[in-house]
Amino acid sequence: MSRGWDRDAMAARAARELRDGDYVNLGIGIPTLVANHIPAGMRVTLQSENGMLGMGPFPYDDEVDPDLVNAGKQTITALPSSSFFSSSASFAMIRGGHIDLAILGAMEVSADGDIANWSVPGKMMKGIGGAMDLVSGVRRVVAVMDHVGKSGQPKLVARCSLPLTGRNVVDIVITNLGVFACGKRGEGMRLVECAPGVSIAELRETTAAPFLEAVS
Amino acid sequence: MKGKFCETPEEALDGLLVPGMTIMSGGFGLVGNPETLIDAIARDGVSRLTIISNNCGATGFGLWRLLANSQIERMISSYIGDNALFEQRVLDGALALELNPQGTLAERIRAGGAGIPAFYTRTGVGTVVAEGKPHEEIDGVTYVRERWLRADLAIIKACRADPEGNLVFRKTARNFNPDMATAARITVVEAEELVPAGALDPDHIHTPGIFVDRIVKATINERRVENRTTRAREAVA
Repeated sequence: MSRGWDRDAMAARAARELRDGDYVNLGIGIPTLVANHIPAGMRVTLQSENGMLGMGPFPYDDEVDPDLVNAGKQTITALPSSSFFSSSASFAMIRGGHIDLAILGAMEVSADGDIANWSVPGKMMKGIGGAMDLVSGVRRVVAVMDHVGKSGQPKLVARCSLPLTGRNVVDIVITNLGVFACGKRGEGMRLVECAPGVSIAELRETTAAPFLEAVS
Repeated sequence: MKGKFCETPEEALDGLLVPGMTIMSGGFGLVGNPETLIDAIARDGVSRLTIISNNCGATGFGLWRLLANSQIERMISSYIGDNALFEQRVLDGALALELNPQGTLAERIRAGGAGIPAFYTRTGVGTVVAEGKPHEEIDGVTYVRERWLRADLAIIKACRADPEGNLVFRKTARNFNPDMATAARITVVEAEELVPAGALDPDHIHTPGIFVDRIVKATINERRVENRTTRAREAVA
């Protein structure tokens, strides 16, 4: 087995955070793949912040409807249980704590649960979108990202250097190398699980924040 | 069948377009955009606009055209995405941008329509969007105060409209449209279908006619797909 998790395996690991009956918001990228790993028989309802509950699978080619997209602007389908609503109603669900779980991508996460995922000053500015509302309003927040950046820099850090999306909001971080629980109340970050073939020594080397080794 | 119905986009916007005005424009990405009214505003050429809209169209489409026409001075939005012209104009300093969290943007508009001048939210606390804004601790949690948004004109895309201005939207093309319809001094709607009074079930109306001033038939309905994603049909056994 190759070392660590690939994108699909990260999504599968993130799917293990789902609970029966959850209302869930999935972000763009790897989080979108989580929908492919919902265990059979588990009832999970996907919310899309542009105004839909009960997202179905991507359409067949002849089913594409330009008026039916997810928050990543991908064409999708509705289910018999689906509902549509306005943007303000959608964010009332999110801000009001009615969504159980958000899984979203990140550029940096800190040991105490800060997250940065919307801007690299001077280089990239795609905008904020729904990310700030999601991290501050959803009950449980899971961040999914590569463990280190393209130039090898740690992305799991003691303090984020990029503009923040939220402070003390992330519960769980899933990287290609392992799973960590953030200490949102300053109790310290904890290693939950190593990805296959990854040693704790290697995680220490590639993580720019201390963590506890409470591996069960 | 006249009611609030107008014959042309020009008639629907007659006397409303003034340089320096603020316009709310419905839509999320390329879905639910008032394409016909945006086209009329592009042809009018009115300038120095402040536009409140989640995005700013896409190359050759929607509000992008007003941007390319240099009609927009300021954007109040939540997302730029892959709109290269939008990003470039902001980085060049040619366009003022007020970036909002999407839910805060939606709620500011809702508040504007509901007569609520400000509200508190946890969204953005501890980030740049909360800098310089009043904070308050309520029941042990810190919130930031956000102000309402209102506009001189809202341009809205609906699926169906009756002469009274009752509106029905379709699927995720609803998005910001019903919120914006409440928050402007004048609301102009383009609808794909104009129907007679009584054709809409009163129990199924999304926006009641009180929020709507003028209606025109949508004649530009490109409804461009930004990110066509499909799955393969399962093989028949």
